[in-house]
Amino acid sequence: MTDFVLLEVRDLRVEFPTRRGVLTAVDGVSFTLAPGEVLGVVGESGAGKSLTGAAIIGLLEPPGRIAGGQILLGGERIDNLSPEAMRKVRGRKIGAIFQDPLTSLNPLYTVGRQLVETIQTHLDLSAEAARNRAVQLLEEVGIPAARERIDHYPHQFSGGMRQRVVIALALAAEPRVIIADEPTTALDVSIQAQIITLLKRLCRDHGTAVMLVTHDMGVIAETADRVAVMYAGRVVEIGPVAEVIHSPKHPYTIGLMGSIPEFDHERERLVQIDGAMPRLDAIPPGCAFHPRCTRVVERCREVRPELVAVGTTQAACWLVKG
Amino acid sequence: MSAFVKLEHVSKAFDVSPPWLNRVLERKPRVFLHAVSDVSFEIRRGETLALVGESGCGKSTVARLIVGLYKATSGRITIDGQDMRSADDTSEAARALRRRVQMIFQDPYASLNPRWRVADIIAEPIRTHRLITDRAAIERRVAELLGCVKLTAKDGEKYPHQFSGGQRQRISIARALASNPEFLICDEPTSALDVSVQAQVLNLMRDLQREMGLTYLFISHNLQVVHHVSDRIGVMYLGRLVEIGDKRQVFGAPEHPYTRMLLDAIPDLKMTGKARTPVAGEVPNPLDPPPGCAFNPRCPRVFEPCTRERPELLPAHGREVACHAVTRMARAG
Repeated sequence: MTDFVLLEVRDLRVEFPTRRGVLTAVDGVSFTLAPGEVLGVVGESGAGKSLTGAAIIGLLEPPGRIAGGQILLGGERIDNLSPEAMRKVRGRKIGAIFQDPLTSLNPLYTVGRQLVETIQTHLDLSAEAARNRAVQLLEEVGIPAARERIDHYPHQFSGGMRQRVVIALALAAEPRVIIADEPTTALDVSIQAQIITLLKRLCRDHGTAVMLVTHDMGVIAETADRVAVMYAGRVVEIGPVAEVIHSPKHPYTIGLMGSIPEFDHERERLVQIDGAMPRLDAIPPGCAFHPRCTRVVERCREVRPELVAVGTTQAACWLVKG
Repeated sequence: MSAFVKLEHVSKAFDVSPPWLNRVLERKPRVFLHAVSDVSFEIRRGETLALVGESGCGKSTVARLIVGLYKATSGRITIDGQDMRSADDTSEAARALRRRVQMIFQDPYASLNPRWRVADIIAEPIRTHRLITDRAAIERRVAELLGCVKLTAKDGEKYPHQFSGGQRQRISIARALASNPEFLICDEPTSALDVSVQAQVLNLMRDLQREMGLTYLFISHNLQVVHHVSDRIGVMYLGRLVEIGDKRQVFGAPEHPYTRMLLDAIPDLKMTGKARTPVAGEVPNPLDPPPGCAFNPRCPRVFEPCTRERPELLPAHGREVACHAVTRMARAG
């Protein structure tokens, strides 16, 4: 990996204005992504991981808005582009893969038409060349008999095959970054393994960087180079995947790892983190995790900890000494 | 220990035929989807049997057959010696049987009535089965049940939307416990929950089993969760049981190629770097299953009889397996 930064998110803040005040869903998130790198973003529902992804590709649903910070792609800001300019970036430079392959495909068009449309929007190719490229993409993502299947409609594909089509669509214009939001969550385990292997291979072959958003630590362990753990809109720990999984620093990450049942050591009880993630309108002062934390000290309730470096990882916790 | 729940050759077919007019005009035949075929197993009192398998393998249909939400096309289901087929009539015996069997559903957002207060939701089984008739006594019982699932009596005054997913699932558990059941069927009870909350619910379910001597049928596609909660595991594929036995046997030394494949497909959290072999192919169309063993198109150990003859569930190496390759090896060895 080089020091070259492909995507940089600086102090990103996403807000939702509501009648009862402004809710901050993503609060001061920063990270970088190098070419060919897979950054895993984990967290539970409501942690702000999907919103971070949506903010990067410019698909925040109103009234959600970027209220602060910068997003830079190859050194240029993309967070303040007009919707028109952003549409050119999206697909061409940043691809997206979403959780449910059935809703990311148009049921009324054949997959070929959708692929050709995407290819021709971004690349200057004739209809025939675009179709050939579509067939080639379908072959690359492992769809058997691609030349015939290209004229089929999405409902004629199984769930795993549809997700392959979505990956082909995301890769159509050879983007440099792919935001994959829970790409395997809707799939069965055997299909999930196939899709993960495919995604890894394609990104290695094309040098594409991936931001992989998921709640599944297992998927992260298999796929990611680095991992960012999010809680209540903030990154609480970020570092190399082996480091975060084998010696987590933040009490939340420690709890999260302990709550996953494992095969090779049987336990009577799982580690449980009592309580639940706070609602956006009731984020506690100080460290947002303190009401659920077993190692809480006085300072946690008052002052919010920032990320500090511990070895190769960074953690936002008062107990962690830099 | 004797069998508490017993399924004997249970099958369920759904009629998915085209409408009558189409069948007449276009000469289309009747079509049946065999969701569950010839499934037999027993659950002993106080144990947890887990059923695993991918979507469409029939595990939830088995659950619904046992509680009586579906009627079996053929076969027999008995609970504590009493035939479950009698459960849909209105006799006193049937009512008593239904009281002893309760179900917890996957989605705590859909399984609780949003217009009812939590106290009324939990009191419903008590009122339906006329277990307690005194109003104050019902209130006390509801408070006690809320305490069992680590909620407070005051929470009974609230509506379901005021709770988080994990708390809602605990309300579902309290409702299931309200009729003093002996047998709980849990259909993906933690699939809609986050991992840290999943741990809360799994720990709670285990504590309750200890305290009340409950028997569980646990249905999940998450193999780690199944391994954690169960005593015995049954693996299903396309409506049939392919392997069933003690969890240490089935998951520790899987025999059926499908069980092996499932275990191989789990992402490796330890990051030992061991190469995984993702199995090619997908579950075949259940309307038109392949002849012989339904797993044969994806099986790495496929040989001649697999495409011709359906393997029976036979004892091998301390569990039961339905696989020609395994039975042949067992016979030879």
